[in-house]
Amino acid sequence: MTGSFDEERLGELLRLLRPAPDGWVRAAQELPFARRALDEIVERAEADLAFREALIADLERALEGAGYEPDERIVAELRERLHRR
Amino acid sequence: MTALSTLSDAQLVQRCRGGDPDAWNELVERFSRYVYAIATRGFRLGEADAEDVFQEVFTRVYTNLHKLRDDAAVRPWIAQLTRRLCLDTIAKKGREQPEAEAAPEEVDQGLAELDEAFAVREALAALPEACQEILGRFFTRDQSYRTISEELDLPSGTIASRIARCLGRLRVEIEGRSEGSGGSRE
Repeated sequence: MTGSFDEERLGELLRLLRPAPDGWVRAAQELPFARRALDEIVERAEADLAFREALIADLERALEGAGYEPDERIVAELRERLHRR
Repeated sequence: MTALSTLSDAQLVQRCRGGDPDAWNELVERFSRYVYAIATRGFRLGEADAEDVFQEVFTRVYTNLHKLRDDAAVRPWIAQLTRRLCLDTIAKKGREQPEAEAAPEEVDQGLAELDEAFAVREALAALPEACQEILGRFFTRDQSYRTISEELDLPSGTIASRIARCLGRLRVEIEGRSEGSGGSRE
């Protein structure tokens, strides 16, 4: 960091970094749990053909039925992973 | 202040890589304002696009943390990721609405200023909690003297002088860092 700052400039710089919306921060913080859930679903789909077919037929409903919250990003990634296999 | 908030960026990255969920929470907390500001102030993305970029940045950070070669360089890495994703979003928008293109020199200037702002926040994190609280309320949450006085149960006549005192301490902390004395995170 260079230069010196008077109080006014410090105030301006402090104002620049506003908090991100709480929901965004929480969602990002929950990523590790979401990833674990995703891996768990994929493993289960590999071991259980009926579950895999239910996921392919209606992903959101199958996830809800299996007790997972169908988060938009998880659904998108899961769809991609299921179709890759 | 929790122990995690005093860790250096490199130490925090190591803890995240070890699977410590609290360290991950701290990493998101530490860089969330920065990523948010790059997307919304630097590149002027709308809320929906900014949210997509924000989540994608942290998803990539989480999944690629093991590839980071220099743990201390996590901030520039996050900045670069955010910048790239913002540019992708703008390029996509530009194809849909050509007038959405941003002026690159304006963006660069804005990003340089955000780097300065991040350094100021790093210095702020080294101040006593009372200073972090009052400066945060006044400058980033736009609270009035009256609200601060009521919520912190402080005489309203002392708020301006406390803010000035804390800004003075912040300046000393920044100058100390510039001279190489470093703060707790450095």
